[in-house]
Amino acid sequence: MAVRRLAPEEIQPKSFAFSPENEVFAQEQIAKYPPGRQASAVIPLLWRAQEQTGGWLPRKAIEAVAVRLDMPDIRVLEVATFYTMFNLDPVGKYFIQFCGTTPCALRGAGDIKKVLERRVGEQSHVSADGNFSWLEVECLGACCNAPMVQINHDYYEDLTPENFEKLLDDLAAGRPVKAGPQSSRRSSEPADAVKTLTDPSLYDGSMVGAWRKRFEEEAVKAVDTGEAAAATATAAANPKPGKPDAGRAIDTEKADTPAKRVKEGEKPVTNSERKEAADTSKTTVAEQKPKGDVPAAQSGKSYVATPSKPEAGRAAAEAPTTPIAGTPPSETTTRRDGSESKPDVVPDPTKKSS
Amino acid sequence: MAKIIVDGVEVDVPPEYTLLQAAEAAGAEIPRFCFHERLSIAGNCRMCLVEVKGAPKPVASCAWGVRDCRPGPNGEPPEILTKSKTVKKAREGVMEFLLINHPLDCPICDQGGQCDLQDQAMAYGVDTSRYHENKRAVPDKYLGPLIKTSMNRCIHCTRCVRFTTEVAGVEDLGAIWRGEDMEITSYLEKALGSELQSNAADLCPVGALTHKPEAFHYRPWELSKTDSVDVMDAVGSSIRVDSRGREVMRILPRVNEAVNEEWITDKARHIVDGLRLQRLDRPFVRIDGRLRAATWQQAFAVIAERVKGTERKRIGAIAGDLASVEELFALKTLMHGLGVANIDARQDGSLLSPAHGRGSYLFNSTIAGIEDADAVLIVGANPRIEASLVNVRIRKRWRMAPPPIALIGERVDLTYPYDYIGAGPETLADVAAGRHSFFEKLKAAKNPLIIVGPGAFAGESGLAVLSLAAQLADSIGAVREGWNGFSVLHNAASRVGALDLGFVPGEGGLTARQMADGAVDVLFNLGADEIDIAPGTFVVYQGTHGDRGAHRADVILPGATYTEKSGTYVNLEGRVQMANRAAFAPGDAREDWAILRALSDVLGHRLPFDSLNALRTKLYAEHPHFAELDSIATSDVAAGVKALAAIGGNPGREPFVSPVKDFYLTNPIARSSGIMAECSALARDLRLEAAE
Repeated sequence: MAVRRLAPEEIQPKSFAFSPENEVFAQEQIAKYPPGRQASAVIPLLWRAQEQTGGWLPRKAIEAVAVRLDMPDIRVLEVATFYTMFNLDPVGKYFIQFCGTTPCALRGAGDIKKVLERRVGEQSHVSADGNFSWLEVECLGACCNAPMVQINHDYYEDLTPENFEKLLDDLAAGRPVKAGPQSSRRSSEPADAVKTLTDPSLYDGSMVGAWRKRFEEEAVKAVDTGEAAAATATAAANPKPGKPDAGRAIDTEKADTPAKRVKEGEKPVTNSERKEAADTSKTTVAEQKPKGDVPAAQSGKSYVATPSKPEAGRAAAEAPTTPIAGTPPSETTTRRDGSESKPDVVPDPTKKSS
Repeated sequence: MAKIIVDGVEVDVPPEYTLLQAAEAAGAEIPRFCFHERLSIAGNCRMCLVEVKGAPKPVASCAWGVRDCRPGPNGEPPEILTKSKTVKKAREGVMEFLLINHPLDCPICDQGGQCDLQDQAMAYGVDTSRYHENKRAVPDKYLGPLIKTSMNRCIHCTRCVRFTTEVAGVEDLGAIWRGEDMEITSYLEKALGSELQSNAADLCPVGALTHKPEAFHYRPWELSKTDSVDVMDAVGSSIRVDSRGREVMRILPRVNEAVNEEWITDKARHIVDGLRLQRLDRPFVRIDGRLRAATWQQAFAVIAERVKGTERKRIGAIAGDLASVEELFALKTLMHGLGVANIDARQDGSLLSPAHGRGSYLFNSTIAGIEDADAVLIVGANPRIEASLVNVRIRKRWRMAPPPIALIGERVDLTYPYDYIGAGPETLADVAAGRHSFFEKLKAAKNPLIIVGPGAFAGESGLAVLSLAAQLADSIGAVREGWNGFSVLHNAASRVGALDLGFVPGEGGLTARQMADGAVDVLFNLGADEIDIAPGTFVVYQGTHGDRGAHRADVILPGATYTEKSGTYVNLEGRVQMANRAAFAPGDAREDWAILRALSDVLGHRLPFDSLNALRTKLYAEHPHFAELDSIATSDVAAGVKALAAIGGNPGREPFVSPVKDFYLTNPIARSSGIMAECSALARDLRLEAAE
């Protein structure tokens, strides 16, 4: 936001008075608030004053609002300068707020800006014919139709230099224009082909209730196995903790670590474990990949939880942590707790939570 | 009371305390920029961050109440840490942000050496900045002749905005734009229209607002500091006079909760240049219609000759508004020795008198007592210009919860709304007789307060008006055990002291008005510049400035101003305070009691004291209450009010008019000050503009 000032004195109008309909509007706004709180109506009144003077707030309008609301001038000036929606300099008949924020910029707002600079001129300056002025603003929240501009009260989206030039031509010539997307699409529907949510089963009604059905099936299964009855029977005697420590990294005595085993006089590592660890079929380290099929890692950092140097003494993962593409989450044998997507994370098999 | 642990120290504080106050109660110092005890809480500087146990982030202690803290898991008192690592780091972060845009111009900044930001940067700052962008540049603003701006230095604490809005009561300052572009300014850079605006520059924690008249004149560490009392009005604000060598460089307020809190008026602060301009630095004698410089001996000889040849009844003495009790006592003793009964210190023509009791002329409710009043009737006063800090108290009271306030007199802007019920004594008579609706409000109030100002009690019918007001006070029960709701508002610093001393006409004596109108042949004028003396009288003017009194004088004896002598002043509440000497009088000028002592010798009635101490010993023997500094001697207010009420008389029909026509030019010192002249011209323009 560049430093702004009130418009120079020579272009300030000599007086300002609310039009009759705006006066009625002002009374309605003031009536909304309890007596003595009329200052709450300052923003609507300033907005109407701005509309009345053709899109900007002259000094006299600010003072008129102050008098109307029995406020000190400085308090109204504070509001008028705080909000960028109040223009303190004259604007064109068509005031173009051009979005220059990232999504629009990625979609070609730079070209739109060049059009504006060529057609309208410098930012915050009214064009010679008085039709246009423009201002670069931050995101106006129509990123799905980027790039876009707001002209007076309407959004004009999906701009290209060509259709934007045409839009400006039409506006300048007084021809009717279409607000919204300037391309053929309607509102923010997919620009070319529909690429997501294409499964017909989503629309034929077959999926209705599927989620619920799954739970019902599981419930039936529980009844069949007597699990539910058993749970009910033991509920009173053996209540479940209100806050199970599952999911939290808490050291418990149950943890089975080599150190603990040594303390208890056992062998730190059992033979079966040693054998298991040596089983090459279960480690990614030793996994033989056909050469040429898979591109070599791009960086030294691997995104799989595999030590780059297994001989350095770090424990190797028990199972491949890189899921095979296309495996549904429910079927994967690897951890899906989020750590697989983090670099250099070695799952600790001794942690109870894993 | 709520318990809270601050850095391991458990303290018991009222639950409405903020963490900052609680921390101070526990002895922990919290740095702050935006927070100020007498202003609303803004919480925007973030310097006062502390750690609250259980809160995820540091909190702004100025805006977090003790009662908002959660107790510990087992019901322990809440605990805050003000010296932890987190706190230090947080404050260092805040300081780094504040310094991002703050210019490094301390060597050329007037705030250097008395700057909160400078001090706190020493404690919480880091030695380098990690900021490599351009600093923000903000245009300087024009805010009038008293405040110089350097807005690059502003850290947006908004203390100045809150002060002008809340305390001074003029909504002139504001913060426009937003975020990094925020700027403090008045509407279109209009000069501030407050008689208290300089306090905003005192409040500024950085060098953004500094005092324009003193710009680049001194460094704070060069000055010697003297605690003193202001005499520009009768409030007797506590001030600190800072001087360098022989010269007074600036005047600052001192905190005095009972009187001025921590504000002073612009007049009290910026008459500094008036203390050195237009000074009388040698005696003068009028020879052939022209004043010529003379020696003390010559001047005394001329006076002695005139006094010798004059009948005692044709000699008189008038004392002005800035005289201290000591010289009034010396003059009174001298006149008594000469056998002169014509003495008067009431150059405004009022008939207030110690004869009715001390309660009849004091601001009995006291200034701090205004905060307890629950209905206020102001009669013939414009407290905003006659006693600005009394007005600040009334406004403070009004901000707590608006009590009914009514005014009889001139319709003026007092910075708070009031019922305007009339212009003159007739309305007061209506209220006193219970014919006016405001009588019911006064009657219903528990602590009604009636303030009678100089507009009402000055002049011929003043005593009758005062009597009427006293009758009203009596009938509504304003004076009772524990509450004295009858208050007289003075506007001259010497007045209450003179009345306490009995510096009023003795038996058969003439009043100031009569003396000035030519009823005496020889008139001692002790700094009375607000009274026109008729031609023909031989006037001995003892004063400090070449002002109205000196122009009329036949002999001029140069005296000392209040910063150049040790003097006792009694403020309108009856509070005895002492002003101390911060500098020396220029040239041949002397302390006033010493001049009178020397003159008494020439006149053949040597005063019985050779030193200020001897004078005071004598003074205290005769009037013991002058010895009780900074306190108000108790007086029987009820008796005073009863005595006044019994006087009766015809209050007339003249509307009340304030004797203070121009706030900035009420005494010789102020009239000599260029700054005050500028302020006066500006205020006149503002008044004209408002009248349009």
